[in-house]
Amino acid sequence: MEFLSWNVLIGGEAGQGLQTVGEAFTRALARSGYRVHVTQTYESRVRGGHNVFAIRFAPAEVLAPTEKVDLLVALNSETLFLHHKEMAPGTQALADEAWEAPEGMAVVRVPYKSLSGDGFANTVAMGVAGAMLGVKEEVLAGALEQILGKGRAGVTETNRKILSSAYTWADGNCRKLDVPPAASPEPPRIVLNGHEAVGLGAISAGVRFCAYYPMSPSTSVAMTLIQWSRQMGIIVEQAEDEIAAINMAIGASFAGIPSIVPTSGGGFALMVEAVSLAAVSETPVVVLIGQRPGPATGLATRTEQADLEFVLHAGHGEFPRAVFAPGSLEECFYLTRRAVELAEKYQGPVFILTDHFLADSYRDVEPFPVEELGFVLPGEDPEGIQGKYARYSITPSGVSPRLLPGVSKHLVVADSHEHTETGHITEDLTLRPRMVEKRLRKALGMIQEVVPPSFLGPQHPELILVGWGSTKGAMQEAASILSAQGRKASVLHFSQVWPLVEDQFLQELLAARLAVCVEGNATGQLARLIRRETGFRFPQVVSRYDGLPMTPEYILGKLAG
Amino acid sequence: MVSVEQYGDYKTSWCPGCGNFPILKALKEALAGLDLAPHQVLFVSGIGQAAKTPHYINGNVFNGLHGRSLPVATGAKLANPNLVVIVESGDGCMYGEGGNHFLAAIRRNVDLTVLVHNNQVYGLTKGQASPTSAQGFVTRAQPDGVFSTPFNPIAVAVALQAGFVARAFAGMGEHLVQMIQEGVRHQGLALIDILQPCVSFNHVNTYEWYRNRCKPIDRDHDPTDWAKAMALSLKWGEEIPVGIIYRNNRPAFEAQFSVLREAPLLGRKPDMKALGDILQHYA
Repeated sequence: MEFLSWNVLIGGEAGQGLQTVGEAFTRALARSGYRVHVTQTYESRVRGGHNVFAIRFAPAEVLAPTEKVDLLVALNSETLFLHHKEMAPGTQALADEAWEAPEGMAVVRVPYKSLSGDGFANTVAMGVAGAMLGVKEEVLAGALEQILGKGRAGVTETNRKILSSAYTWADGNCRKLDVPPAASPEPPRIVLNGHEAVGLGAISAGVRFCAYYPMSPSTSVAMTLIQWSRQMGIIVEQAEDEIAAINMAIGASFAGIPSIVPTSGGGFALMVEAVSLAAVSETPVVVLIGQRPGPATGLATRTEQADLEFVLHAGHGEFPRAVFAPGSLEECFYLTRRAVELAEKYQGPVFILTDHFLADSYRDVEPFPVEELGFVLPGEDPEGIQGKYARYSITPSGVSPRLLPGVSKHLVVADSHEHTETGHITEDLTLRPRMVEKRLRKALGMIQEVVPPSFLGPQHPELILVGWGSTKGAMQEAASILSAQGRKASVLHFSQVWPLVEDQFLQELLAARLAVCVEGNATGQLARLIRRETGFRFPQVVSRYDGLPMTPEYILGKLAG
Repeated sequence: MVSVEQYGDYKTSWCPGCGNFPILKALKEALAGLDLAPHQVLFVSGIGQAAKTPHYINGNVFNGLHGRSLPVATGAKLANPNLVVIVESGDGCMYGEGGNHFLAAIRRNVDLTVLVHNNQVYGLTKGQASPTSAQGFVTRAQPDGVFSTPFNPIAVAVALQAGFVARAFAGMGEHLVQMIQEGVRHQGLALIDILQPCVSFNHVNTYEWYRNRCKPIDRDHDPTDWAKAMALSLKWGEEIPVGIIYRNNRPAFEAQFSVLREAPLLGRKPDMKALGDILQHYA
């Protein structure tokens, strides 16, 4: 059974307003009742190059990107040649009347210039494509106005007129496409990308401080917090470097404000010493690592999942940690909340691994019921402390009551050295093992709270696809295609990659005839981790490390090959 | 009234005769004199002999990583502006490892009092040159003498128009107490570079060496005159001026956040109703 969806690929140069119309068009499709899934690929430049905004939509949930294109919207001639081969049979491309096109391509010749004047090709394209796909003009216009913003009335008005003339032109000159009708889910869904969901999840959990140094693809988390900082009472500080960013967050957290630090691999490399500081000083901090291909600068605006081992081992010395790897918008929101809660509860560093693809991927989601959700408010009641307060009192759980500095007469002393229970430097080597054990005991609590991997699909499959983070949807779609073809396939997806609890998944791996690990890296990092922890060895790993997101087609191709 | 005794009296790991002792004494006197109780104060430090100071005085403490005291202090002050935040650092921690944070913190002008115990040498790691060591200063690690020119923290801070820039000397106790009190009262970042002998590893810049050179700044110096302060900041050698070199009334960093105007962030609960409305923006 093939999943009935439409994939509209908008291609052009940076600076052509690709993202503006892409976002507006996505929103218009969602408002028309479709389920949407966006994949953005772009070069690391502000002008020129070749960028893509691909919107896959359907009446039912869209889980993953696809490589097949059903409508190619070209904002420049190059796009026609670059994506010719991806076009499904019988599909068309929108292009200017003057542009050269590959032989045999079905091109709808749009008079971009006469419809828009210079510089509004994006809006013309949106109007024409919208009309061909049967999206109502007022829905397109409303979405465009929202994206362009209310503060720019002149720009909005111009775009509105151009959109209208393009729509009218398409009505008279283009064949309507045979797209599946929309399902109009209730309540109306909202459209977010992965990092907006992370940011909103953080806010909902009580995060009020964020420090960051700009770096793709993590900046969008900070930008989301900045966007709502006034309404929600949040301070976001652009630090002088990543070292400062995480140390500021640790300072704010120590003083009682839940804090998040978004970065990417290179920036996280600079933060590693402070990860260890958060652990020994037992200060909550959430670090989001938006992965991109390395080593070093790598491919700044492409995607990869190659920092699992790095994050797992980052920080000198031994201490417990939790690592989350959301695979959907819902997981971006709820696991960020979970990360904030766990950091506070176990008083240490907690990590969230996303990647460029997930960060930028817009999807629709039911509005989160935030008014029903709890949040973190750090610090215990000082009235409950008997006698002299000891920040690091040795307890059975390893978690010591956390007071905040300056809110009572108790003195709160935190230290990066090995320390006494009251937080002062010590070289007492009989105390040292007790402090090490106290910190490590927190892991026992964290293990009890691990989010189990999701098992999706039929029991006792012939094939089980195993992965983590953003590849979830691609694996699910690949498995359902295989199952429809008669090869029973399931998915095991880890949205928390550390700690691993063998009892939660080993049976599933052993029950399948073949287990294949699917990862966006070259060496199979999750496969290696599972082997290390359980002894289970994957006979095959589907790896992708060309900078592009995992797709169902890619997985199926590798399985067949 | 808060007494000096409330700040405690602890055994230290400093060498006998260390310049840190008079600085610690002055710090206690300054805070008690300002009627600040230990629980109102947060000491933030990094690593080094000076950075151990918070362990020898009563107060709230965050003793973090080498060079990283300023970012921690910045985060803590933004989270709870009611805290009196004192940064305890040395020349290596502040001007070496933490150099970038030093520049950025001065530009931000967070209301912090930054005490830099400047002994022109690394003590904790046993006698290597520091960013403020004089050119030609010979150590076991720099047997041919230091090649680099010394970092002038006062000139850099004045050039960046820091809110408050002063120099003090560990051997001038009463003056040091005054400088610390002025620094704490100042609303914005106050840098106090405190010259201090290292009896173990710096046999050049001794008590006597400093005593012969440190002279209170002329009464007619106007610390609000940036150009004159800039000129004074370069004065070093046979005479070393101590006192307030420069000050201005730039607003403190935290005073500029609209979200902090009504109350500190500390203890605020997220307005989930408002967040629900925000979600609808994404419809």
